Amino acid sequence: MTGSVEAVLGQPAVPTTGVWAEVVGQRSVLAELYAAAVAAAGAVSGGGTGGGAMTHAWLLTGPPGSGQTTVARVFAAALQCVVPGPVPGCGACQGCRTALAGTHADLRIVAPDGLSISVAEMRALVQTAARRPTAGRWQVVLVEDADRLTEGAANALLKAVEEPAERTVFLLCAPSDHPDDVPVTIRSRCRPLALGTPRPAEIARALRDHDGVDPELADWAASVCGGHVERARRLAADEAARQRRAAVLAIPTALHRSADVFRCADELVKAAETDAVEANEIRNEEEKEALRTAMGAGGTGKGTAAATRGANAAVRELEKRQKSRTTRTQRDSLDQALIDLTAFYRDVLVLSAGAAVPLNHPDREADSRSAAARWTPESTLRRLESVLECRDALAANVKPRIAVEAMLMVLWRG
Amino acid sequence: MPPQPAPPAPLQLILGDEELLVERATRETLRQLRVAEPMAELTRLRATELTPPHLAELVSPSLFAEARVVVLEAAQEAGAEICEAVAAYCRAPAEGVVLVVVHSGGGRSKLAKQLPATLRSAGAEVTECPKVTKASDREAFVRNEVRVAGGRIDAAGVHALIEAVGSDLRELASAAAQLVSDHDGPLDEATVRRYHRGRAEVTGFAVAERAVVGDVPGALEALRWALSLGVPHVLVADALADAVRSVALVRGAGGGDPFRLAGQLGMPPWKVKKVRNQIRGWEDDSLVRAMRVVATLNGEVKGQAADASYALERAVLEVARAQRAGQRAR
Repeated sequence: MTGSVEAVLGQPAVPTTGVWAEVVGQRSVLAELYAAAVAAAGAVSGGGTGGGAMTHAWLLTGPPGSGQTTVARVFAAALQCVVPGPVPGCGACQGCRTALAGTHADLRIVAPDGLSISVAEMRALVQTAARRPTAGRWQVVLVEDADRLTEGAANALLKAVEEPAERTVFLLCAPSDHPDDVPVTIRSRCRPLALGTPRPAEIARALRDHDGVDPELADWAASVCGGHVERARRLAADEAARQRRAAVLAIPTALHRSADVFRCADELVKAAETDAVEANEIRNEEEKEALRTAMGAGGTGKGTAAATRGANAAVRELEKRQKSRTTRTQRDSLDQALIDLTAFYRDVLVLSAGAAVPLNHPDREADSRSAAARWTPESTLRRLESVLECRDALAANVKPRIAVEAMLMVLWRG
Repeated sequence: MPPQPAPPAPLQLILGDEELLVERATRETLRQLRVAEPMAELTRLRATELTPPHLAELVSPSLFAEARVVVLEAAQEAGAEICEAVAAYCRAPAEGVVLVVVHSGGGRSKLAKQLPATLRSAGAEVTECPKVTKASDREAFVRNEVRVAGGRIDAAGVHALIEAVGSDLRELASAAAQLVSDHDGPLDEATVRRYHRGRAEVTGFAVAERAVVGDVPGALEALRWALSLGVPHVLVADALADAVRSVALVRGAGGGDPFRLAGQLGMPPWKVKKVRNQIRGWEDDSLVRAMRVVATLNGEVKGQAADASYALERAVLEVARAQRAGQRAR
């Protein structure tokens, strides 16, 4: 068996076919995961655990949009691939396809759509994680946004992550390159994999080849997305997203009077609120209706009144979860706008320093150049700081309108 | 022989949710009934404890033709069956029986909500006791209380008493009665202040209004009162933020008709007028500073600060100082 492990380690080239083609860039991370997948396949077919290439818990971190979740899913697919052969992760078998789609029976995906992951959710997860895989390969537990684990939830997960059942693998993802964002107790029990920011060329190629985007649009989207693959996809595909971005980037040069501050703040906050409502309204109603039906609403006859009383409590519970989800959508949407603004002020700083580095918003070079001529670097830096402060404030639950208005006041006066 | 008082209406409705007034109205109605029928048999019941047969029994004429008074309390909580039974009885009230229904005006079930209307159309005598919410009504109430207790009070005294005691009618009534019995002659502000010190209610808005006009001592005093009375930190912080942004909004909008501006700025006309008086002394830069202070404060009172009271105090000071700095710059 040791022979085959050495063969694996001696074969660092990651296949560019099958599920492995899903990932943009990240060759070194993929090489490590590919070696692990080969070792895991060996373990399933009756060998050992592969001399350490494979392990039971992984922590994938990287800047937002670098594709931790995609990488994790690809790895999960490679683990579930049922086609015998030297390359796990063919991308065509049932194991690969269902794992990529997130419907595989031995793949649990925890994707929080609220603000945090609760203890109750993690306790349930620990239970399922202890089961043997039904398809006989690996029981994979994938936690997207592990940075949203509450302290209690992380503690509930600790023991399971440390010593899971024989064929259980934990894949924790965090859209962050700051190690503190994941509880240290969890971090120390995982093998860390740090993803880098994908290069614009890689993103453009992925958009062209994988998503079939028009080359010119793909190049543009890749150049302005700040290394965020999903953002590039969205910008390439969605006209409304492009318009929103243009509106946000028009703000720095549109602040002339204090009335502009309030107009722009209103636009930003309203847009985020609309996003949240549009994204969730229909879903909220459907969920509520389904829950009411399940609890026996609309029934007639004796005893229905008593049943409805319990239903109201359940509906309230659901509404609480939905509210958390709406808040998250609203914050995410606002955060995207703030990230675009941060990048604009960074460009202004770059230009006023005369550095020859690529801009974050190359299509806005005229604006940032004129701003660099008008503002002192100090005042640009103050503006940049205020955008960052606003992001922190939103994360700390400050009312969006108050935080955004305070930020725009600084953007206006400098 | 004294003149015979008019026989009481067989159906009485006491409608409203101001507890003290409802209680008084009930007592007064019962007193009148007792005058008219000293031998009447009184039954007080909550609507939820009653069943239709029990009601039927209570409102049936007695064998010996004794008068009966039935008080149905908390009728807004009555179930559908009782509501129907009461409605049926209203159509054919029995002689010698007086039914007093005490109803808050609200009610969870549809039938219970309709009960007052049913009684009205059946010709019930209605006593209304709506909640006292307007300041002028509250002042009138205090004046009336003092007069009933046999004293007199001037406007400043009324104001001082409400400020010190709060808006609870029961407390106001007892304070008024106590003052009249303790003090000879008309009551004025000084007298009220001798017996009552402090404030019963200070809102976050009171703090904010003083802070944005640069009244440091006033704002800090109001803040201490508000905190010691248990006004939540978040409410004070929100009021402060709202005051500062209102100043910035109104100041940025410039002059013009307040009614036209109101629609444009999304605030009521009276507020536009009020804020106009507060914008004096504010400068662009001091407003930037104040807006940042209140934004930081909003996070601090939500758990960022070790001591939310300290954070509030500092923010109030900084806002007031920002205003004064702007004034000096002029």
